[in-house]
Amino acid sequence: MRNTFIERLTDAAETDSRIFLLCGDLGYSVLEAFAERHPDRFVNVGVAEQNMVGIAAGLALSGYKVFTYSIVNFAVTRCLEQIRNDVCYHELDVTVVAVGGGFAYGAQGYSHHGSEDVGFTRMLPGMHVAVPADAAEAAAAADYMLARKGPGYVRLARGREPQLHRAEIDELASFHRLDEREGAVLILASGPVAGEALTAANLLFEAGINASAVSTPIIKPFDVDAFCALLNGTSLVVTVEEHVTFGGLGSTVAETLADAGASVPLLRLGIDHKNRTIVGSQDYLRNINGINGHAIAARIRAKLEER
Amino acid sequence: MPTDMSNPATLAKEVRRAVLGMVHRANASHVGGCFSMADILAVLYGGWLRVRPDDPAWADRDRLVVSKGHAAAAVYAVLSKVGFFPDSWLDGYCEDGQPLAGHVSSTGVPGVEVSTGSLGHGLSIGCGLAMGAQRTCPESRTVVILSDGELDEGSIWEAALFAGHHKLGQLTAIIDFNKIQSFGAVTDVLCLDPLADKWRAANWDVQEIDGHDHAAIAAALADGGRSAGAPRALIAHTVKGKGVSFMENDLAWHYKSPDTAQLAAALAELDA
Repeated sequence: MRNTFIERLTDAAETDSRIFLLCGDLGYSVLEAFAERHPDRFVNVGVAEQNMVGIAAGLALSGYKVFTYSIVNFAVTRCLEQIRNDVCYHELDVTVVAVGGGFAYGAQGYSHHGSEDVGFTRMLPGMHVAVPADAAEAAAAADYMLARKGPGYVRLARGREPQLHRAEIDELASFHRLDEREGAVLILASGPVAGEALTAANLLFEAGINASAVSTPIIKPFDVDAFCALLNGTSLVVTVEEHVTFGGLGSTVAETLADAGASVPLLRLGIDHKNRTIVGSQDYLRNINGINGHAIAARIRAKLEER
Repeated sequence: MPTDMSNPATLAKEVRRAVLGMVHRANASHVGGCFSMADILAVLYGGWLRVRPDDPAWADRDRLVVSKGHAAAAVYAVLSKVGFFPDSWLDGYCEDGQPLAGHVSSTGVPGVEVSTGSLGHGLSIGCGLAMGAQRTCPESRTVVILSDGELDEGSIWEAALFAGHHKLGQLTAIIDFNKIQSFGAVTDVLCLDPLADKWRAANWDVQEIDGHDHAAIAAALADGGRSAGAPRALIAHTVKGKGVSFMENDLAWHYKSPDTAQLAAALAELDA
């Protein structure tokens, strides 16, 4: 998905001379084409993310549409104050693009686990936050950020994520159904872990529980009306994210339900900080945190049985 | 601009007078750091910066980033004195709902390029502005004013390496080296020596000047004798609180606001 996103950006830079890409010394086998085709609008700033975001702000003040690129915590957390003060306060046209969302680099340890970034960015003024689930959504997320002006955050994974959409999607929407059902159990998921949500929905359906999985790539601004429309006939809402259960999708849904006065129960599934010292593959860590397909299905069944 | 404001000596004095009134009215801090950079601002706005007070967004203008955002009173004072907005705005410094915030704010304030207040941000923004100007309006120059205390921030040195590497020759950093940071003397808190060598090591042209000598500041800002493409660091040796004897070299005036008697005494010294 990261290659798809950057390819879309590289093509757009062909016709839009405002597009500028900065990276923090990462992007091997991903950014080369952009650098070769647009050498005057690509800079590897070195391992210096705070400087990267400040430079992005300066370039945006000069009229450029700037994208910054690094791994989640370096792209967001290391330079959070520069994103807050220099970019968001001034409503500058800077999109932070992060790779390694969730457990994409799970074996590399907590430094490389993207587990709080959606919360950090969602709290910032004017920031649009996109968490695409597969390559099709990543391409649409690129179009989404290219079409707007202002601070943005796109959380990508790495490569070879399962394809959840059969074809390209025309436009990044707040909610993309991943199955044909409109189940009483509504499973909302953001990022590639939406594939696990779909597996869970299928398992539950086979067991006679009408569940459906919906990808939720736009965390902010959250489309409250579209969300409330989805609630018709829903008896349980479940959120699944490769992120802690606060600050991101689960919090957004909980806040929205509370504000709407909706009485539908909510089950939030995601990363548990108590597991932060455990390393391993993405599959292994999803299992540990109870967010692979089987675990999600089991936790939903348990939730249904407790009622 | 009123003609006398193109005279740095007049402008510096007017800035100091205005700052005293502002911090007194608002019961605000940071008069010391405003006074240490007042002469630098006076030379910059006394004719060096190519800016248009009646057209603040003029595309080919020079850009000034005041990274030491706590010296906001001096920035607003100089902008009003050269005509970016009326003097009367200064009365609203730090007042409810007014645009002139206690740290440099660009929102609704003509002539301010970017808001600052957290230290260590401005040089990176300046790098971006200079790189943007390099590609779109090469005549435009970028100046960043830094405090000595903020050189403790790692991001400053990220930007220093970057500017040297990318040969941002239209970028000038002026360090207001008043030797006193927020909670002690620079030499006691985190020694910067040898400061000039640090910038030279990052491939900057470096000059050390008396930051209160208008002719010396102007000479340093002139373009002679520079290495091709090197960014320029001017280490301006200054005195915190410069211009009012009882404020000079005293950490307390990073925080204190002059009371009515102190205000009168300070104004009298400036007029003497």
